[in-house]
Amino acid sequence: MDGVPETIIRVRDLVVGFGGRPVLDGLSLDVRRGEILGLVGGSGSGKSVLLRTVIGLIPKRQGAIEVLGVDPDHAGEEARRAIERRWGILFQHGALFSSLTARENVEFPMREYLDVSDRLRSEVATAKLEMVGLTPADGDKLPSQLSGGMTKRVALARALALDPEIVFLDEPTSGLDPISAGDFDVLIRTLQQTLGLTVFMITHDLDSLHAISNRVAVLAEGKVVAIGPVATMAASEHPWVKTYFRGKRARLREERLAQPVS
Amino acid sequence: MDPERLLHSGIVDGRLVLSAGGSWTAIRARELELLVDGLGGKASDAASLSLDMRGVDAFDTFGAWLAERIVRDWRARGREAQIVGLAERYRSLLQDVQRTNIKAEEGAAKENWLVSVPERIGRSVVALGRDFVPFLDMLGAVVAAAGRTLLRPRLLRMTSLVHHLDRVGWQAVPIVLLITFLIGGIIAQQGIFHFRKFGADVYVVDMVGILVLREIGVLIVAIMVAGRSGSSYTAELGSMKMREEIDALRTMGRDPVEVLILPRVIALVVALPILTFLGSMAALYGGGLVAWAYGGMSPDIFIARLKEAISLTHFSVGMIKAPFMALVIGIVACSEGLRVKGSAESLGLQTTTSVVKSIFLVIVLDGVFAMFFAAIDM
Repeated sequence: MDGVPETIIRVRDLVVGFGGRPVLDGLSLDVRRGEILGLVGGSGSGKSVLLRTVIGLIPKRQGAIEVLGVDPDHAGEEARRAIERRWGILFQHGALFSSLTARENVEFPMREYLDVSDRLRSEVATAKLEMVGLTPADGDKLPSQLSGGMTKRVALARALALDPEIVFLDEPTSGLDPISAGDFDVLIRTLQQTLGLTVFMITHDLDSLHAISNRVAVLAEGKVVAIGPVATMAASEHPWVKTYFRGKRARLREERLAQPVS
Repeated sequence: MDPERLLHSGIVDGRLVLSAGGSWTAIRARELELLVDGLGGKASDAASLSLDMRGVDAFDTFGAWLAERIVRDWRARGREAQIVGLAERYRSLLQDVQRTNIKAEEGAAKENWLVSVPERIGRSVVALGRDFVPFLDMLGAVVAAAGRTLLRPRLLRMTSLVHHLDRVGWQAVPIVLLITFLIGGIIAQQGIFHFRKFGADVYVVDMVGILVLREIGVLIVAIMVAGRSGSSYTAELGSMKMREEIDALRTMGRDPVEVLILPRVIALVVALPILTFLGSMAALYGGGLVAWAYGGMSPDIFIARLKEAISLTHFSVGMIKAPFMALVIGIVACSEGLRVKGSAESLGLQTTTSVVKSIFLVIVLDGVFAMFFAAIDM
């Protein structure tokens, strides 16, 4: 990497709203190649809206978004598809296709975008499932037969199906028990290093922010009010940031970590 | 890209030396796979293989798996194989892929259709028989809940009942009127057309009157209600089941049958006879209109003839059937709704099953009633 890290997602003066008051109001954010960026903010602060706007599910009112150097709004159909091929998205509830098995879910994007033989597709899909910690036998299960943690893993494998450069994770550890959440953090970290991913992650989980994020962006009042490594967050004077990183739960976490293992 | 650059093979001292280069990624996967699988025949006498990946400048899971496949194929034949020269940043990916242990897909055991076809038929028959159990189960539960409600009328959910009456009764009126009106008209037109050939036009009134009041009115309305309201009951209860609302209700000490199903079934049982009555009237009206416009029979004659042709018996035969058909539709719809499992697919499947099954049962029931009324001379 040469000195200044490359900016892979560039958001400038973004305004997004539904009806009246804008949810995002003049938001700017840069995501650098190869980092894990954690996005935090109160409920309803527009984290998911930001993510969905960046990936083009919600139209923006003003501003500019550039992903991998391309503005999806002004790019042609071809260029858009090329960009979509280079990112993967883990939706909050997995969003697995319920009529397909886990393996078919992982194969789905490959089938859409790649011209590879059935055998190779199925082998790589199985490899992906194993890389996220599932067994080949799990691949034949339907989403309704999977537990919450397994659903997230399959969804992650599907997000990684095309070896993307960016993965968007919408609350990857929500709904998981602390042990599974910890495992999932480690998994994301490992995959990020192995595959050289850039990770854009919405989370509420202080533990995962501390464990894996390189930088944290805090969203409040429709803007990014603080951005930087998680250690610098405590220094912020913004009231929400202060409460979040120095509040009761954060203190409890500190105490828990400070306690000697008995 | 030149295939030679992707994978180049040569033999050095009895060793097969492959040099890989360019981008070993998903986009090139098809070409790469052909090259990799083409290796099998080459230099089969070489004792060992070395895959030199120094020239690879882009690498992903697909490339890693194909490299691994070369190595595994070679090792499977009892020879040595190794990968050398892969850039440091790609090594962990290769190691990850090497850890995955993929067994060759075993082709599903060939089924003998001589065995499998009868087996499937047998299973369907058994399943058909078993399908009847949840129906009886639900019938019992609804009757029990109705009994409890009779003893303590305060248990009845009035708000819910009125809401469902509005939905399955009042809101269904326009479409029921329209359809039965058209059916009545069509029956009259067909009757006039064919009866005219032997000068029996006037008996069209008998046919329309008896057919509509005894059979067609109630049957058409029941089928429409099964499609319209039965399906929506199944879908509603099914999505409640999916979102664990039914379980929540149960944990709060309320019986889902009492709270959700009884008001729905009662609403249907009340609404269907009313709709049948309205539908039959609309069909007679349609028949009369066609007889007038197409058959040249004035309304006075039609009504006078109708009075002679039909009796209260015909009317009550139709009306008696209506609540029973409503009960069947309601019970089937609700029991199918509660059989929905987690997935959206299952919801769609149960909704279809609910409609098909209730229409089938409505027709069977109609046949049973026909035999019954014939036996008691009604």
